[in-house]
Amino acid sequence: MTSSVQQDNTPKAVAGASAIQARREADDPHSPVARFGAGKPLKLDAGVELSHLQIAYQTYGEPNAARSNAILVCHALTGDQHAASLNPVTGKPGWWETLVGPGKPIDTERFYVICANVLGGCMGTTGPASTNPITGLPYGLDMPVVTIRDMVNAQAMLLDHLGIDKLLCVAGGSMGGMQVLQWAASYPERVFSALPIATGARHSAQNIAFHEVGRQAVMADPDWRGGHYLADGVTPHRGLAVARMAAHITYMSDQSLHNKFGRRLQDRAMPTFGFDADFQVESYLRHQGESFVQRFDPNSYLYVTRAMDYFDLAADHDGVLANAFRGAKTRFCVVSFTSDWLFPTEDSRAIVHALNASGANVSFTEIESDKGHDAFLLHEPELTAITRGFLDSAARAFGLPAARQA
Amino acid sequence: MAFREAAPGEPVLDEGVVRLQGGRVDLVVVAEMVAPGSRVLDVGSGDGELLELLATTRGCDARGIELSREGVNAGVARGLAVVQGDADVDLAHYPDDAFDYVILSQTLQATRRPRWVLEQMLRIGRRAVVSFPNFGHWRSRLDLMVNGRMPVTDNMPMSWYETPNIHFCTIRDFVALAELLDARIEKAVALDSSGHRVRVNMPWWVWNLLGEQAVFLLTRKG
Repeated sequence: MTSSVQQDNTPKAVAGASAIQARREADDPHSPVARFGAGKPLKLDAGVELSHLQIAYQTYGEPNAARSNAILVCHALTGDQHAASLNPVTGKPGWWETLVGPGKPIDTERFYVICANVLGGCMGTTGPASTNPITGLPYGLDMPVVTIRDMVNAQAMLLDHLGIDKLLCVAGGSMGGMQVLQWAASYPERVFSALPIATGARHSAQNIAFHEVGRQAVMADPDWRGGHYLADGVTPHRGLAVARMAAHITYMSDQSLHNKFGRRLQDRAMPTFGFDADFQVESYLRHQGESFVQRFDPNSYLYVTRAMDYFDLAADHDGVLANAFRGAKTRFCVVSFTSDWLFPTEDSRAIVHALNASGANVSFTEIESDKGHDAFLLHEPELTAITRGFLDSAARAFGLPAARQA
Repeated sequence: MAFREAAPGEPVLDEGVVRLQGGRVDLVVVAEMVAPGSRVLDVGSGDGELLELLATTRGCDARGIELSREGVNAGVARGLAVVQGDADVDLAHYPDDAFDYVILSQTLQATRRPRWVLEQMLRIGRRAVVSFPNFGHWRSRLDLMVNGRMPVTDNMPMSWYETPNIHFCTIRDFVALAELLDARIEKAVALDSSGHRVRVNMPWWVWNLLGEQAVFLLTRKG
């Protein structure tokens, strides 16, 4: 920003500053970066190779001498590598500080925790907002479409780079859970335990439908400009905000929206008989949309939602999900939430049935919560207890020393 | 008994000690029927007491299915492998011969389809261990005959209108079901109301009268 005598602290200026910061993160993130040169391309499911791959990641805690205490945390659709550290764009705490940190279930005093921005993301791992080193311009739609498996293969390259052969655990919720399942299927020998939360082995038709609404909102914004908005110095923020508003509804439950807002009016005693945000819930959604566009790249939203749509683990294994885990030695702990209608318990149960059929060691629990899909990101005491119990037991079986008694 | 000595704080596989501590003697009898180091599925694993007993004293790879969310969460938080599920439905998803033993302790009478559940157990496991309260116990008979009321005992403490137990049976009923399913009875133990074993060389009708609980080890014939 230009140096001015008087700092502009109006909301609009602050928002503009974070948008600029977000734009910078795509190439030069506030986190370590692993760069893979032209000689180490990533072979994508789309049938093309992606060279000059860059992966932005965060680590918490220290690896032990045997490098056997590593836990990979996988983020959801709009998450990033800042699982347990201040987000450089929003200034907010990490997205999984409920579970990751010193003394927490994913204990950074005990474990070496790694979290990478996904392929196709916009926080420093190669994605449509990144500069294509060959052209010097943002990839935009020249970026090949990526899949969950591509994301996982990229993470495997990062682990090689970090010298981690085998993970004590891979954990994640929602799209992060999809990556967990893909990890267990693609690299069973590298995954000692897996914790997929609020997820499914495939994206349902309903979920694809919601994503399509979001993508159409982005692409219907005239400032999308066929995906070339970055070159033109504009951004389809209205479209992306609408996409986020629609998506946000799916992350909550009817009950949680009701508890939070009910039919209460926003700063007014009477309805205005207009189309302003009369209701608190409208105001809340508008705010969610507006703050999201400050930190997320619209094209990246298209790519990452697409990756989730394409996810169907059974289809990659002759239509039989159990085949994906055949002979797996990995221990699984599958978790769902009662009020999650985006990834309902039946989706988790399908995973569990497949794991049972393949003879895998599996725990499964449905946690009672009224917070909807987002419950995995929020304070849920049972999730905390289960994660701690599962990881303690896995660590013990993996030969790690016991946790220090609090 | 030929078990290794338990370390301090470890569960002890000793009926006398368990009886004195007011614990479930039937779990000890069940655990004793399981060969060390085997793969075990406990159907209706509750809070994981038997799973932990099998893992710590028998070195088993023990897994559970439990209907109640509280039970599952308690078990998983203790580091046990427990799946939230309904035995009446979810056993169908396990492959043949997936386990050495499938255990059903004090749960048979609460299933909707006891026969189907037992069939599934004998399909999934090479052996099935079943423990259940004996409705043929003299006190149950007395309650029905003299008082004309459904029995309420220490082992069956709930009244008929609130008990989850919907399929009571007697020891002889169970033997008949085992025969119907062409299963071989390898071992059988009856426990009296104080948790002591009914003497071995007694005919079925005596067991059926004196046994308040029974534990059976079944195998598939052929």
